[in-house]
Amino acid sequence: MILTNVGSVPGKKIVEHFGIVQGSTVRAKHLGRDMMAGLKNLVGGELKGYTELLQESRQEAMDRMAEQARQLGGNAVINIRFATSSVAQGAAELFAYGTAVRVE
Amino acid sequence: MLETIFRYPDLSLFLALMVIGYSCGTIAEKRHYKSIIKREQELVELMVVNAEGRFAEGAVRTSFLVNGSTVVSNDYFKRLLAILRNIFGGRVKVYESLIDRARREAILRMKEEARTRGAHMIVNLRLETSTIGRSANKKKSIGSIETLAYGTAVVMNRP
Repeated sequence: MILTNVGSVPGKKIVEHFGIVQGSTVRAKHLGRDMMAGLKNLVGGELKGYTELLQESRQEAMDRMAEQARQLGGNAVINIRFATSSVAQGAAELFAYGTAVRVE
Repeated sequence: MLETIFRYPDLSLFLALMVIGYSCGTIAEKRHYKSIIKREQELVELMVVNAEGRFAEGAVRTSFLVNGSTVVSNDYFKRLLAILRNIFGGRVKVYESLIDRARREAILRMKEEARTRGAHMIVNLRLETSTIGRSANKKKSIGSIETLAYGTAVVMNRP
């Protein structure tokens, strides 16, 4: 599965379009991590627990999107965009969408 | 000295948090900027553009998506400064430097991923910022800030 965020797959020709595919996941972190983040809020800096959590979730959203593209018969997803929103206190939604295509 | 602390426990806790926040935050920020500048110089030959770019046929071997992200938050002292700023208005410098750091760090992580996977350049860079965490839905307070950088890494056929 080829994933790109440009309007084509560089160096390859698109032969078929399948339309929009998307994947999303809503995650919250467990209490221990949350407390650590609270402590870290005191001194500032990077919150590693959150970074890892969001990267894992984003990977999952991308996997779901790729799975959907595979079911449609595509072998690449182009023009991928990411979006993040907080739906509830302490939970974030990670969303990825793109266009499923088949390349040579 | 000890007597004063026991007489005003709230005030002394507040002062202690301010001092801890200020000293740790300032040291961490300086160290972070030093490391950012050093790594940016190391990775300067890996080109990043935010245009789509057109490639001649047969010039590209493969392409893949790369991304990097950071979640940062300010320290206790700087958050207080920002709240004070809310009263008078104007530039909130402490948050400017925080977001600048986070964004450059995210771009660096993306570039590091691209380099380990053997890419020659990154096209169509996109940057995104969002607030997450417990206080994200409250109006006044600013929670943790996430910055995300993503783009398409391209491996060329000839070096």
